[in-house]
Amino acid sequence: MTETAERNALTREQLLSAYRMMRAIREFEERVHTEFATGEIPGFVHLYAGEEASAVGVCINLDDRDTIASTHRGHGHCIAKGVDVGEMMAEIYGRRTGSCHGKGGSMHIADLSKGMLGANGIVGGGPPLICGTALAAKIRGTRGVSVAFFGDGASNQGTTLEAMNLASVWNLPAIFVAENNGYAETTSSTWSVASDNIADRAAGFGMPGVIVDGFDFFAVHEAASEAITRARAGAGPTLLEMKFTRYFGHFEGDQQTYRAGEVEHARAELDCLKRFAARVTQTGELTRSGLDAIDAEVAATIDRAVAEAKAAPPPGEADLLTDVYVRY
Amino acid sequence: MARTITYREAINEALAQEMERDESVIVMGEDNAGGEGSPGEMDAWGGVLGVTKGLYHRFPGRVLDTPISESAFVGAAIGAATAGMRPVAELMFVDFMGVCFDQIYNQAAKFRYMFGGKAVTPVVIRTMYGAGLRAAAQHSQCLYPLFTHIPGLKVVVPATPYDAKGLLTQAIRDDDPVIFFEHKALYDLAGPVPEEGYALPFGEANVVREGDDVTIVTLGRMVHTSLEAAQQLAGAGVHCEVVDLRTTSPLDEDTVLESVEATGRLVVVDEANPRCSVAADISALVARKAFGALRAPIEMVTAPHTPVPFAGTLEDRYVPDAQRVANAVKAVAEWAR
Repeated sequence: MTETAERNALTREQLLSAYRMMRAIREFEERVHTEFATGEIPGFVHLYAGEEASAVGVCINLDDRDTIASTHRGHGHCIAKGVDVGEMMAEIYGRRTGSCHGKGGSMHIADLSKGMLGANGIVGGGPPLICGTALAAKIRGTRGVSVAFFGDGASNQGTTLEAMNLASVWNLPAIFVAENNGYAETTSSTWSVASDNIADRAAGFGMPGVIVDGFDFFAVHEAASEAITRARAGAGPTLLEMKFTRYFGHFEGDQQTYRAGEVEHARAELDCLKRFAARVTQTGELTRSGLDAIDAEVAATIDRAVAEAKAAPPPGEADLLTDVYVRY
Repeated sequence: MARTITYREAINEALAQEMERDESVIVMGEDNAGGEGSPGEMDAWGGVLGVTKGLYHRFPGRVLDTPISESAFVGAAIGAATAGMRPVAELMFVDFMGVCFDQIYNQAAKFRYMFGGKAVTPVVIRTMYGAGLRAAAQHSQCLYPLFTHIPGLKVVVPATPYDAKGLLTQAIRDDDPVIFFEHKALYDLAGPVPEEGYALPFGEANVVREGDDVTIVTLGRMVHTSLEAAQQLAGAGVHCEVVDLRTTSPLDEDTVLESVEATGRLVVVDEANPRCSVAADISALVARKAFGALRAPIEMVTAPHTPVPFAGTLEDRYVPDAQRVANAVKAVAEWAR
């Protein structure tokens, strides 16, 4: 499919929605980065900025029937799957009003009512789980699909490889999205991944493997759309490999001594938001002023989310002991 | 209407009846359909010891065979549970928990709390445990203490066919993740089991023998060893009360404490290794909450703190037997300051 034909497959509303979500993720992450530096946000925080096209390019193809599992770098996936940004921000601040009532934090934001099965503090934790949600959809005949996002680090975990094998053996409506941002913590994927590409591993599990420019929303959308359509039709799983980089460190506070120059280059030349805006304004599908209006609206939303999170109460003492069991 | 069936048949019957009752119940495990793909073998194996035999054909599409890939299918059972199914996954030997434990203790056990009460994970993991079959160190362990340690998991260790059926039924209907321990030496044990479905509540220990002199707290296969010892001791005039815990999480503290308050003496009998074990946990509970009632030191009869040996001469010494239990009971009964 040509670039133009693919872009035309998206409606104006979908383009606006895609831009709004990508901008919301960027603004959310830039703001968390700034606020984290003040010392007010507790714990470990891993930012998704730079990778927005992956979460949004995949999730824009999904609906309420569908489930995703995410990673420790999960804010982008949450936003793309429709989790409320106010509740997310409150969760990151450890507030009672947060998505998980302040019991999860950045690494565990979840909203099962939105089909978001959680960010995950365990590298490779998600892929087996989405085999289960995909199995449930298959048994019930909902035509729902399930997506596991995972990083280049998790691509070396047995759980991920086992899940891909099982997904093919059971012919599940499952999509495996390897987000290869170049580093597992500080270790380069060119060293830690023994194959040339993570996507090459798909052949070993009897499924298609597709390499995608992870900075290009349209490329992601096209690849994900094809994989998801096939999965919905009962034709089994696909592995997609997004190649890109992250704009911040592994975690907030990471001095990033293991790399130099690539982030500046990516921000200037490859950035998903810039490329998206250039294309849609060039074709006349959207206008710069329209995008600017979204930028302003998103900035106000994130401002409000931060202000409300800061003002919200922490969990009470009694919350320590609740929600361990449904009934004990 | 009760009739006599085996522990294995009782488990199979609970699975079948719950699958009939509730379409969301599914079963997955290794060798569930073993033989299907082999010429001349039309019967599904029903797992390596045949516990799920007959279910594969009776419930088409709801009994899944799996690769030897425990992380993937145990994780899939957990994921399916978050999506409204009630999966029962079979972890062939509990010794294999090492290759899939993350999915159990970091995923299933954590979801409800970590997601602020917004998730339910009604999964059951059935697993085989215990020594006595010359299966050696990697196929004979009693690892229920490891699971009992983890908040968010429920742990069930049935001793009889009746309890196996009723507790598995409860496990399937329960909205929390349950680890269900089946002792491999009990599968052929026969006992009375009602034909109709029934659920036994968790956290209710069973006083399987009453007595005034010494309390024996035990679980799983050791219930039978303890009853054998109690029978011998009765002839010698020492009357034991035998308490079968049935579940270690939740734990029925009240029944244990009430019994020790009455007898003043406690022997805990547990096939697991002694450190950080159920035996140690029960001992600590009684020492803290019934100290005033104790008339003798608490005794623990457990396996030694070693891996399970292979040779019969060693394994027979490893597993606590009725004589060791009787000796411990006599020691606390006769103890004087």
